[in-house]
Amino acid sequence: MGLIDGKLGDNFLTTRFDSLVAWARKSSLWPMTFGLACCAIEMMASGAARYDFDRFGVIFRATPRQSDVIIIAGTVTHKMADAIVKVYNQMPEPRWVIAMGNCSTCGGPYSNYAVVQGVDEIIPVDVYVPGCPPRPESLMWGVMQLQKKIEQERFVRKSISAA
Amino acid sequence: MVGGVESSSRIERITTVPGTEELVINMGPQHPSTHGVLRVILKLDGETVTDVDSDIGYLHRGTEKIGENITYTMFIPYTDRLDYIAAPSSNLAWVQAVESFFDWEIPERALFLRTMVGELSRIASHLLWLATHALDIGAMTVFLWAFREREMVLDLFEMAFGARLTVNAFRLGGLHQDVPPEFLVEARKFVDLFPSRVDDYETLLTENRIWLQRTRGVGVISAEDALDYAMTGPILRASGVKWDLRRAKPYAAYPYVDFTIPVGENGDVYDRYLVRLVEMRQSAHIIDQCLDMLPGGPVSCKTPRTIKPPEGEIYHSIENPKGEFGFYIVSDGSETPYRVKIRPPSFINLAGLKKLCMGELLADVVAIIGSIDIVLGECDR
Amino acid sequence: MADEVVNEEASGGSSPETEAPEAPKTPPGKALRELVDAEYPGAILEQTAYEDREDEVTFVLADDALVKVATYLRDHPASSFKILTDLTAAHYPDDENTFQVVYQLVSVDHSRLLRLKVMVKESQEVPTVSGVWSSANWMEREVYDLFGVKFKDHPDPRRIFMPEDWGSHPFRKDYPLEGLGERVYEKPKRKEIGE
Repeated sequence: MGLIDGKLGDNFLTTRFDSLVAWARKSSLWPMTFGLACCAIEMMASGAARYDFDRFGVIFRATPRQSDVIIIAGTVTHKMADAIVKVYNQMPEPRWVIAMGNCSTCGGPYSNYAVVQGVDEIIPVDVYVPGCPPRPESLMWGVMQLQKKIEQERFVRKSISAA
Repeated sequence: MVGGVESSSRIERITTVPGTEELVINMGPQHPSTHGVLRVILKLDGETVTDVDSDIGYLHRGTEKIGENITYTMFIPYTDRLDYIAAPSSNLAWVQAVESFFDWEIPERALFLRTMVGELSRIASHLLWLATHALDIGAMTVFLWAFREREMVLDLFEMAFGARLTVNAFRLGGLHQDVPPEFLVEARKFVDLFPSRVDDYETLLTENRIWLQRTRGVGVISAEDALDYAMTGPILRASGVKWDLRRAKPYAAYPYVDFTIPVGENGDVYDRYLVRLVEMRQSAHIIDQCLDMLPGGPVSCKTPRTIKPPEGEIYHSIENPKGEFGFYIVSDGSETPYRVKIRPPSFINLAGLKKLCMGELLADVVAIIGSIDIVLGECDR
Repeated sequence: MADEVVNEEASGGSSPETEAPEAPKTPPGKALRELVDAEYPGAILEQTAYEDREDEVTFVLADDALVKVATYLRDHPASSFKILTDLTAAHYPDDENTFQVVYQLVSVDHSRLLRLKVMVKESQEVPTVSGVWSSANWMEREVYDLFGVKFKDHPDPRRIFMPEDWGSHPFRKDYPLEGLGERVYEKPKRKEIGE
């Protein structure tokens, strides 16, 4: 992919190829288990029997090297921020970030010395899922929004800003 | 591993005895088995643990300092997020601690409802403990089964309070509003169904050869050491000390209900597992009695508009699923507390991790951390 | 096999505290006070109890008597405070004694609670009780981390919650809730749709 990345124009073949790649990527998003606080429990519940996540192709992986998306579920403290950046850098491209819950979106109810006010201060976020904690259905909505975002990504076609 | 020997001849390499050195392994803070953001630095000699150092604080959110700036009622949602697995239990501790400054008459119906919801949260917490503990050791079926029952408990919470996890259940003086009648019907159905489900878990695990080999004789702590390290809750009871705050310092409706306190003998991981299973059954029994004895009437007493406790300090603790969960509150007569200190069972139980893990194998460390049942929200506050 | 001993308890009643006799009301904590005064007279400087409740009895100790009285209370069978359940501090910047270090003790045999307090000035060291109760180890580290109170002869004097290079002690009253801006990050660039 690297040689032809973003070099070709928009025509029938490239759009077809792009939607094929997008379909493959969005149908098997493998997140990394990054449960920090209370939102982790709802993330586990969404992977359990009632709100099965496996039917979306989502399998939780324990290592960043094998995952596509990282779901930051919980409060990010300053002490944890270095670890998050390290783990994010270990993920291979293409990679996405879902900020789950109020604490990772904006610091949540904790606007004090110890908490990073939103994980988007340290890593770029693609989808924000609000709630404290968000219900498993909300997290699934967040994953579906990410799937919609992936559908619009351009792999072989030139990006809009470069055109 | 070979102690730096570089030999040219093949025969020389075979006859040299390899040396060993200590290995330092870092577990966490992102790790599937540490139940949150806990970092454990292990020193290993082969596979045997020689030193354990836990590094916590990755979830320190300064809750106690926040408590100094907001009123007593505004702090109740923050207590949810401490022990987020059994949130109504943490709410109960705070609400009772502030009420002990005054001598209000809490209505009987509120006391019974508080007891019922507290025991439901104990069941929810033990179910999650069982799910994650078994998952760490390798039994994946139990994870899905326990979460199925936990969903039923969360449905009950949602019916009564509107939220699944962080419920903000109680208010100073009682409850916010009465529970809907469907709650009592569904709670009765749950309590009738639950003991057979616990039998299912026991069928899978209690006499399972693999489970016994991985948990018997692992992580043993004696009663004197457990008292010395101030471990409370199922860990202390599994070591043989019969200390339960629901009997020693009864609160809510516990003087009126009848239940047994399980006590173990060996103080190992297997005993803690058995103690918690019996506690789950006893919780269902307590809820059954509360449903039978539930009186009518109001659910809240009249409280002043702004809560201003007189100057002084109190310490009040309850029996959380994880141990003794208490609050030490210093009041200066104004509507915000002067100092709030949370007595966290997970923090204090985790401090004894080194004592529990010395000399054990690496795989046992995971089982031991699971058996202590920590939740980092309460450990780091 | 199933190694558990299950005991039947008929009913749960609260443990009987010192019942007040008919005419004169015994002051709370009288027995404990006499116990300590007999062995270490003058160690207890002050005694308080919120609304005269037996479980809220607080003894204010002189800091050089702390370890002796603590060991005595732990070992004597009439008191037997084997559990140190909580150790914390409070900051009073306007008082002469800036810090109050609070110890909460529990006795399993007698179902009783007791509180000990030590008042210290700024940058005065408190003797450690981690030799008396092992649970004090982490709790004293927490007090050092959040308040800056140092403990003499502590086996492991490190910070526990904040990162090692944090600098200040967050729970002091002169530390603002929002912090002093110790950590600043560079906001990363987000990838927009269509790029």
